Amino acid sequence: MIPRYQKILFVILLIAALGMGFKLWQLRDRAHKRLLTGQTVAPTAAPAVAPAEQATLVVANDFDNSLVPQVHSLPLPADPGARARSVLGKLLDLYAAPESTHDVSGGAVSVDQVFLLPVHGSKNSGDQLAVVNLTGTFAASHPAGLETESLTVLSICATLRANFPAVTQVRFLVDGVERPTLAGHADLTRTYLTGDAVPVEGARP
Amino acid sequence: MRWSRTATVLFVALALHAVAQQAPSPQQAPPAPGARFVVVIDAAHGGDDTGAHLSSGQLEKAANLAISVRLRSLLTARGFQVITTRENDASVDLNHRAEVANHANAAVCLSLHATESGSGVHLFASSLAPANPTRYMPWKTAQAAWETRSLALAGAVNSALTHAGLNVTLGRIPLAGIESMACPALAVELGPQRDADKKVTAESDNPDYQTQVASALAAAILEWRSDPNRTGGRQP
Repeated sequence: MIPRYQKILFVILLIAALGMGFKLWQLRDRAHKRLLTGQTVAPTAAPAVAPAEQATLVVANDFDNSLVPQVHSLPLPADPGARARSVLGKLLDLYAAPESTHDVSGGAVSVDQVFLLPVHGSKNSGDQLAVVNLTGTFAASHPAGLETESLTVLSICATLRANFPAVTQVRFLVDGVERPTLAGHADLTRTYLTGDAVPVEGARP
Repeated sequence: MRWSRTATVLFVALALHAVAQQAPSPQQAPPAPGARFVVVIDAAHGGDDTGAHLSSGQLEKAANLAISVRLRSLLTARGFQVITTRENDASVDLNHRAEVANHANAAVCLSLHATESGSGVHLFASSLAPANPTRYMPWKTAQAAWETRSLALAGAVNSALTHAGLNVTLGRIPLAGIESMACPALAVELGPQRDADKKVTAESDNPDYQTQVASALAAAILEWRSDPNRTGGRQP
């Protein structure tokens, strides 16, 4: 025979367990939503308070091997590194769009960081080296080929040159480390000179 | 004694004269008929380095080897001496590929690639700035001395491919392997053939498409060999 007080205690504990389970499920759901929101918004979106500015994006076209400058209006932060990251993020967003002329998935989150550093030993003291740190996911999902990989690299260099004239050199990292190639073809171990990437109806011999 | 000294001087003078007449000048135009004309075909990737995954499911290294074999057959049939950097699914270092081309004293070097992106045939020359040849050139920028002739070769290949009804795009990009080659050199990348609506009509590993491209490349090299403005393989 179970005493009455034990029955009451059992019912109370059962209700408490169910209540805590429900609360835990709610917290998990809320945390998941917060994480998803953070992933889409946090990495490269410029602060909403930043005024919209004009930025020149040098957009690649796989079908005629060309690089074409396009002017876009987008909010840009004041910090040069964050600004460069926002500009490149917008460029990669264009590539990830359905009607892209240079089909590369990943979008803005593919640019982890952009560091702008002084170039040592340069004739002009203001010259800068941009170090672009891409994500491993971006490199792994990038289509392989001489043309497509070169266009990605050159369009990034030319876009940096168009918006940051002091940037004369660009180096690439993937997940913070040097990588031989982007997807098997474009050499990522070298320093790219932005002057070589300036488009003139595509880089045609 | 006097006669022998006079004869020696005369012999040396005659020998020097003969050498001066026979020595090739740097601007020597067409090579003599029957001169050695070596074509180096480099099927890119191989072994563990698979290259791109093509839409058909084939790997780029296999597609490159297939067109390399086709082109080699066409050139050999036309009397060219052809050297390939690989004949099977072997892993070959970029430096070794350049060594093969340089030791062969090649008149033309073609590095063959395939991709699933873009359209038609993509022709690339190195983006190195042209430089004057010197006796000893830096390994990583040896191509600079041949840059002008590589661009001329690109023009000849472009013309032949266009004449064959193929869509061609041209470009100059950094090319790690080719930049060490001391010969007129190009990278030829086969993209899918597309119609006006950009729909794929032939993948880059399609045998008929590859044969069409290989035939056009062979015609271009034939044209290049007879070009009076072309000079021989290695510069003095």
